[in-house]
Amino acid sequence: MTLRATTSQTVGPFFSIGLERLNCAELAGPGVAGERVTIEGRVVDADGVGVPDAIVELWQANSYGKYEHPDDQQDKPVEAGFRGYGRIPTDEDGKFRFTTIKPGAVPGPDGKLQAPHIAVSVFMRGLLRRLVTRIYFPDEPGNAGDFALSLVEVERHGTLIARKTRGTDGLLKWDVIMQGPGETVFFDC
Amino acid sequence: MSKLPGYRRALAGTQPEYLHPAYVSSRKRAPSQPLVYLPHTLSEITGPVFAPETVNVKACDLTRQHSGEPLGERIIVSGRVMDEDGKPVRKTLVEVWQANAAGRYQHKVDQHQAPLDPNFGGHGYAMTDSEGRYRFITVRPGAYPWGNHHNAWRPAHVHFSVFGPAFATRLVTQMYFPGDPLLPFDPIYNCTADESARERLISVFDWESTIPGHALGYKFDIILNGREATPMEK
Repeated sequence: MTLRATTSQTVGPFFSIGLERLNCAELAGPGVAGERVTIEGRVVDADGVGVPDAIVELWQANSYGKYEHPDDQQDKPVEAGFRGYGRIPTDEDGKFRFTTIKPGAVPGPDGKLQAPHIAVSVFMRGLLRRLVTRIYFPDEPGNAGDFALSLVEVERHGTLIARKTRGTDGLLKWDVIMQGPGETVFFDC
Repeated sequence: MSKLPGYRRALAGTQPEYLHPAYVSSRKRAPSQPLVYLPHTLSEITGPVFAPETVNVKACDLTRQHSGEPLGERIIVSGRVMDEDGKPVRKTLVEVWQANAAGRYQHKVDQHQAPLDPNFGGHGYAMTDSEGRYRFITVRPGAYPWGNHHNAWRPAHVHFSVFGPAFATRLVTQMYFPGDPLLPFDPIYNCTADESARERLISVFDWESTIPGHALGYKFDIILNGREATPMEK
């Protein structure tokens, strides 16, 4: 190693002028295989106030559990119309919403499958460095033995697992609580 | 599947802490719990890949995105995106945004009493070439006041967003200019403990990329986390 990684700096309050071109809240085009899900939530600060200038980035496998990336050497299909990337800015109340397909399971470090999840980066004014978290899915048998969840105290698992909503098919809730009671689990990635 | 190595973590002090009280906005937005160390899995060693054909020439020339030329000092900002071993990061997307020469962003929330420039949007993007190089033509951004503390001013800066090869290499940063008298007073620039890490955010004036009679050149290399030599499964 001869060089040192560049230091992170905040996105600041005006990132939308540079980043909105890649905004994407509909991750799966028509015809993409898999169970459609809509996930909505809110990014809130230590006072429970919505963060109006946050941006949430998503990275996920397709429904077969395959990432569209050269380092994913699994013998599983990639799909046209599905890159697996999303970028959603929060609204004035800190809310965000996106639609995708539920990802398939991908292998963990021991070769055992991880429970289906979406990798998430969070950026905002006041954050000097991105925060990384994950969204897992409710009623998923694989959650119990999941590699990354097992690194987290059980009482905090709820911050990583989206919640079902009553009566609305496929609508899940998942909030990002920056600080305080119910604080979201963030990973050193 | 074959075992692929993960990416290296930051050396102590070379990245900012989340809570940096001098930067007031970090107080209510920084997590209070320690981060949970996540060994890299396939989810972290992969990441979005953007096709080169999505880039056009105007996207990296911020002075030609409108009918007229923007006001201000025209500059060339160029450099290489590399990993910590000096290997070029090829065909990766670099996004930039900045204030205009008067220190005002083309953004509805920015109400600084400085003029907007109808010929300057202040944003662009480029794809690195096979050597990891990128190049933007723009104008030197102005400094501007902000509400962090009494008489707070941000030094002139350009925001950079870079993806790199993996989810684990994602970076958002800011590039500064050499000799800026505001740097010692800026809580954002000073949020990183390691002085040499901070100084690497300052671009270098560069004759080689300076275009005679046209624009001054500034060099800014971006280094992304390198890859572990050992498999991530160790």
